[in-house]
Amino acid sequence: MSTIDPRLPGAQRTRLAAAGARSVTASLTDGRGRDKVTGQIFYALLLLAIAFALAGLCAIVVQAFVKGSPALSLSLFTDAPSSSAERAGFRPALMGTLYLILGVIVLVVPLGIGAAVYLEEYADKTRWWNRLVELNIQNLAGVPSIIYGILGLAFIVRGPLDLGFILAAGSLTLGLLVLPTVILAAREAIRAVPPSIREGSLALGATQWQTIRRQVLPASIPGIITGVILAISRAIGETAPLLLVGAATFVTFDPTFLGSDGYSALPVQIFNYATRPQDEFRVLASAGVIVMLVVLLAMNAFAVWLRNRYEQQW
Amino acid sequence: MTDPDVRADHDAIEEAVTPGANGLSQRIVAEQHAERQAGADKVFEIEDVAVAYSGQPAVKNVSFPIYKHDITALIGPSGCGKSTLLRCLNRMNDLIPGAAVSGSLRYHGQDLYGPKVDPVQVRKLVGMVFQKPNPFPKSIFDNIAFGPRVLGMKGDMDEIVERALRRGALWDEVKDRLKENAFGMSGGQQQRLCIARALAIEPDTILMDEPCSALDPISTHKIEDLMLELKQDYSIVIVTHNMQQAARISDRTAFFTVDVDEGERHRTGRVVEYDSTDKIFQNPADPRTEAYVTGKVG
Repeated sequence: MSTIDPRLPGAQRTRLAAAGARSVTASLTDGRGRDKVTGQIFYALLLLAIAFALAGLCAIVVQAFVKGSPALSLSLFTDAPSSSAERAGFRPALMGTLYLILGVIVLVVPLGIGAAVYLEEYADKTRWWNRLVELNIQNLAGVPSIIYGILGLAFIVRGPLDLGFILAAGSLTLGLLVLPTVILAAREAIRAVPPSIREGSLALGATQWQTIRRQVLPASIPGIITGVILAISRAIGETAPLLLVGAATFVTFDPTFLGSDGYSALPVQIFNYATRPQDEFRVLASAGVIVMLVVLLAMNAFAVWLRNRYEQQW
Repeated sequence: MTDPDVRADHDAIEEAVTPGANGLSQRIVAEQHAERQAGADKVFEIEDVAVAYSGQPAVKNVSFPIYKHDITALIGPSGCGKSTLLRCLNRMNDLIPGAAVSGSLRYHGQDLYGPKVDPVQVRKLVGMVFQKPNPFPKSIFDNIAFGPRVLGMKGDMDEIVERALRRGALWDEVKDRLKENAFGMSGGQQQRLCIARALAIEPDTILMDEPCSALDPISTHKIEDLMLELKQDYSIVIVTHNMQQAARISDRTAFFTVDVDEGERHRTGRVVEYDSTDKIFQNPADPRTEAYVTGKVG
């Protein structure tokens, strides 16, 4: 070690001495104990949170499989409900759910993207009405579904639209229910497109619409699809609003969009089977949960595949 | 051909090669010629332009011309309004809410901010390259083809793309991977792609906002070479923080400075000096310019 030059002024000598002392005492092997423990506790808490979420999911799936496995067969997908448990299946309810979801997608994708594009690209945020719309959409995303059911009953089934208890009315109601979710997700996705992409496009003489159509929307498709997945997953599981807008619990024929003969949906059918006194039907309800999970997973897998096709990185 | 100056030039040359002539008239004619060229070939005439954001002036009292086939450099410390002014030239400032431009800004004699001027049309003629390379998340081919496609340009798209990439000095490097994503290119290649993309729509002026600030010296050098080549066909306006770059490539330079209003802590930029680059760097008229270009300030 070199000694400190005595000709240096005092303050500087002190500083050098302090630095030297630090370099001698500092050790590379053990950090400060408390910091380390805090970090490890936090890490353990994170693992606990994950484990908790996974445990809940596993419990549901395992329970459904254990209880429903006796009734599990492909005929669940092809048979209509019946008073005899051996012959009862989910076909009309499954078709009802698929039709409902199809209607929701047709309704919600253009409306959701349109609203999101307006709010992100056109709306002047300094205007109070645009802020009011934004605030309302955020609040609507948290409104309980039963309220949408009542709205559907009062405005779509009866009231101004007066569609009657038809499947399309169910689609409309579920669509309204999940529209705020889709708008919020699509806005996030559109906002995630860097402004430099818009500038680059506009600087080439593209109009605002060309920029949105050819740059912003293609780049935000993955995020929009994610939002649609979430929305549909929620719509598939909704029971309460459907009961209000006419989903019947016992339908033995395939539904149509506009037919007024009645329709059903998977969660409604499961609810119906689960509340019956016979044990065979409770088994059937568990099998129905598996059918619903299969439908949900199939849809999500398709959406994830679609999203990965468009995935971008900046 | 009845252009009197061309005839005058011709006379002057004859006079110069004629024994006994003293050559004086040749010099006079040459000077007149240069002046006429300059007067007629202004791309932009900026007169007393000021830009304000939400009422706060960001830059004001800007007056200087930008000449055809010149590289005009805008230099000065951060916050002095160089980029703001640059963005007036293709009306990119229109996109910023609350931005207001006053004064007179003429493009080939037409008022750029006239009531009937469509900013989209302006941007077709005045291209722009940004500080950070901003390729679109598409293939190299589609990056170039985007502009011609949205403008509905006629012709074979393969040829248009190849021509633009050749002009951008990028063709040889990417001709075998036109279908690959542009994000796979190096930063310097991405920036040259952005230049080629701007060239594809055949503008007459290209604005460059610190195009090399995110690049390494070799890429910077390539882009400077490219700019010197492009000025044969285009007029270029470049904002740069790199004094050597301005000195190396530009023909004329405008030096901006920033006035800080201590009371309201507000910064307003303005032009101190505008002249040929040689003059600005070797014999500036204003001491502030000298201090800045020699590195004493800023």
